Amino acid sequence: MTKSSRRFNIDRDVAPWTGATRPYDIAKEVAICFLVIGLLTVGLSVLFSSPDDPAVTLKQWAVSTPIDFATTAATELDGTGGTAGYGPPYNTAADGPMVLGISPAKIAGVHIPVDAAKDFVLSPVAALPENPVASQAIATYEAASVEQRQTWAANYDAAVTASTVTTAGGKVIVAPGDYGPVATIVDQLVAMAQSGALDTTMLTQQRFFSTDFTKPLLFISDGSFLANKAAIDHLQGDQWGMMNETGSWPGQAWLWLYTMWYQVPGLSTSDNADLQVFLIIIGLTLLLAFLPFIPGLRSIPRWTRVYKVIWKDHYRNM
Amino acid sequence: MTTATDKNWTRSLRKAGESAFPPERLLPDTQPSYVASWIYVFGALTMAALGVVTATGLVLAVMGPTWWHHSSTGHFINSMHLWSVELFFFAMVVHLWGKFFMAAWRGNRALTWITGVVSFVVSIGTAFTGYLSQTNFDSQWIATQAKDGINSTGGGAVFNVLNFGQMLMWHITLLPIGVGAIVVFHVLLVRRRGVVPPFELSGAKEEVAQ
Ligand code: HEM
Repeated sequence: MTKSSRRFNIDRDVAPWTGATRPYDIAKEVAICFLVIGLLTVGLSVLFSSPDDPAVTLKQWAVSTPIDFATTAATELDGTGGTAGYGPPYNTAADGPMVLGISPAKIAGVHIPVDAAKDFVLSPVAALPENPVASQAIATYEAASVEQRQTWAANYDAAVTASTVTTAGGKVIVAPGDYGPVATIVDQLVAMAQSGALDTTMLTQQRFFSTDFTKPLLFISDGSFLANKAAIDHLQGDQWGMMNETGSWPGQAWLWLYTMWYQVPGLSTSDNADLQVFLIIIGLTLLLAFLPFIPGLRSIPRWTRVYKVIWKDHYRNM
Repeated sequence: MTTATDKNWTRSLRKAGESAFPPERLLPDTQPSYVASWIYVFGALTMAALGVVTATGLVLAVMGPTWWHHSSTGHFINSMHLWSVELFFFAMVVHLWGKFFMAAWRGNRALTWITGVVSFVVSIGTAFTGYLSQTNFDSQWIATQAKDGINSTGGGAVFNVLNFGQMLMWHITLLPIGVGAIVVFHVLLVRRRGVVPPFELSGAKEEVAQ
């Protein structure tokens, strides 16, 4: 069908306007808009300012909750830690979320390699200068078989999460057991973090200049410290956290539709939720974009008759 | 003779530009009589908010990403940046719903609607990378949370939300250029097509004139 013979569809086509025109000053309208937005922005900024909670450090984490810190280090060694078991793009420990048996993350592959045990625990401790205790422990650990390391790390992991664990002067005290060098390695890492040295080591591990915080951020988010602080500020995923902001400032309110799906039963507990929610949002966005071509959906404006309010002067004068 | 002139690319380009955008269409001083509702102002308000967002963002860029933590002027500029963003999204969402209820895609205006949706999506990406560029607790938290969603799509392989340098680049160059270009295209389309007429109340079926 050619354009001219196509049937008129009221939700798609319009007859050209041949009616009256009226004077209109676009430049003035835009100028006034700038003034209004400018004044509103200044007014809101004076009244409400903006939030700025300082970034947290590995040091704060190790000082305020050494047991959580030591537990996280142990889980990176025994492979049960968040990053250690993450999968792509960091490592091959898992496949990533799947839909219909397909894991896009796995297809994309490992592009930001992170070896949690080595990068978060072993390398920093090995780099401690003039520390024979630390280098001896690392040497013993590396000389042992994979199974032996695993046994030590798992034993320590169990001990540091047991109710008998205590702290003394910032040091984590676990019940005696078969930990090999793991207890020493973790103790060294805790002390290193408490001194602040781990914060710089993890960044400069890479090179002098670094703007990439992947490793320290992954490590700190594997513990409970960051999440507990976020929960106080109602920022957790199941608290609609995605659209909130520290304090009571408005955050990314426009993400309401995205974060809503994480509250829906079924999705809120699904292991594949991240991918499922993403696909739902992609689908909805495509629906919105192609709405002008979707029969039924594109008739909603006509059925709801809101247009009669918008153009009420026009209809009154007809 | 005429074929020779038609082969001049420059002349053809100028002619195409002139016929698509004669000055009185680009900047008209009259509008059809139905253009009389406060809802029409929200497109211009969105544009103005985008202007204030850009201006305050430029100031933050001049002084560097951590300036605002230790300067009260910087903090105020940051507040302006945040609040103009909130106004920008508010105005854009009202604009979107306004255009929806006017079915403003009618009469060859589908591309205007689509570029609007694209500008909405790209703006969300820009705001998101902005939150990652704050260099404070909020950016730490948002980065560690958002990584799972993005990694699940495979996008994490190239778009690493934990890499501050990369996110800052996206926030202050790539995405703003994207939003700006789409908005220019969007507004030119509006000028090209003119403002959509109201529904005919009779609902009479007619042949499409053209
Ligand atoms: C960066 C964001 C945006 C800016 C700066 C912007 C700006 C504008 C401006 C200045 C106009 C003309 C004035 C008016 O009718 O309000 C307009 C028209 C329009 N906008 Fe947007 N817009 C944006 C986003 C959107 C979105 C998200 C949508 C819808 C999904 C949209 C859909 C439309 C449509 C369909 C028109 C044509 C209206 C008509 O013919 O009556 N725009 N826009």
